[in-house]
Amino acid sequence: MICDTWKEKLDAYLDGELAPAEARALSEHLRGCAACAAESLSRVQQKRLVQAAGRRFTPNPAFRARIEQSIAPRRALRWNRLWFPALAGAMAFVIVGVLFLNLNHERRNDQRLLSELADLHVATLASANPVDVVSTDRHTVKPWFAGKIPFTFNLPELQDSAFTLVGGKVSYLNQSAGAELIFRVRQHQISVFIFPEGAAENIRAVQNAASFNARSWSHNGLCYFVIGDVSPQDLDKLSELIKSAG
Amino acid sequence: MPHFDRLYNFACWLTHDRHEAEDLVQETYAKALKGFSSFQLGTNFRAWIYRILRNAFLTSRVGLKAAVTEPLETEGEENLPSEKETPESILLQRADWQLVQEALERLPVAHREVLLLCEVEEMSYQEIAATLAIPIGTVLSRLARARRSLREAVRKMQGGG
Repeated sequence: MICDTWKEKLDAYLDGELAPAEARALSEHLRGCAACAAESLSRVQQKRLVQAAGRRFTPNPAFRARIEQSIAPRRALRWNRLWFPALAGAMAFVIVGVLFLNLNHERRNDQRLLSELADLHVATLASANPVDVVSTDRHTVKPWFAGKIPFTFNLPELQDSAFTLVGGKVSYLNQSAGAELIFRVRQHQISVFIFPEGAAENIRAVQNAASFNARSWSHNGLCYFVIGDVSPQDLDKLSELIKSAG
Repeated sequence: MPHFDRLYNFACWLTHDRHEAEDLVQETYAKALKGFSSFQLGTNFRAWIYRILRNAFLTSRVGLKAAVTEPLETEGEENLPSEKETPESILLQRADWQLVQEALERLPVAHREVLLLCEVEEMSYQEIAATLAIPIGTVLSRLARARRSLREAVRKMQGGG
């Protein structure tokens, strides 16, 4: 009987385990065979009954908690692994915060120093005697400072440049004596301040104040500040000349 | 905990005892954790953990007792007589799930577990074969036999009640 052959495959068909081609053939047969269709329906109902009957026992919460606890070390480990990135994140946040505050603090300090230097520069421009040693000759100006300030410095050769040396005078910043040199480029005057490193720090964050441009660097324990109402390019040129003199 | 509720249900069906089932599930998770390295990625995790539970059951007191009291039947893909049992089928349609529960309880463990894995856990024949560590052909024949003996058990209970 061909129906017997089909019935043998009915379970696999209903379990979804029959090859597609065979499954198609069987479902074709079921459409035409009332006996096999009834058998199929009966087996589907059995499957459903067993499924419903089989889902019978549910664990109580206390037991679930006990098992969860018994595998807790693994869980704790996982929490640890989560903690490290969290901690690292928090620390990164704090570090960024401190850096930002620091930067802000630095910026405020720079601003204060720069406006002080700008004040000194303006005072010099406004003075009836802007310089105490009047000379375009660096070999005159440099020795003049000897004994007046606690350090010495070199001045550049300006012959082939647009700058001329006007002169110099002793200046004070944070109770420290330093040198102020006046240079001229076209109609503009530029002040170059030289202070010992203890008296002033380099300006890093700010490069202009009250329309003055400024440059600053350190060399051999001295802080150099170049400030004036000239273009940044002119300031850079003068800075390079002074740096090259060492 | 993956498959926790299902494993517990399966353990209860195997042991007929909630305390035994709890011990079995606990042992299963302990063994699974300890032996997780032996689990091969890409293979069936569900079959793996059910197999651990079943092996733990077979070596437990209840499991050993069941093995002694239920003689191993000769299994093969042959000698599956074709069924002409329309009257039984009709009886089964009228059976309620409580009756089926009782019938399931009375089945030998080998039949009960294969029915549960197939109908309740909805495992594929391949998964069942991996769980029970038997060839697919044996899954087919055992499943057919289990279904038939369930129908017979229900019929007996209906006839007797």
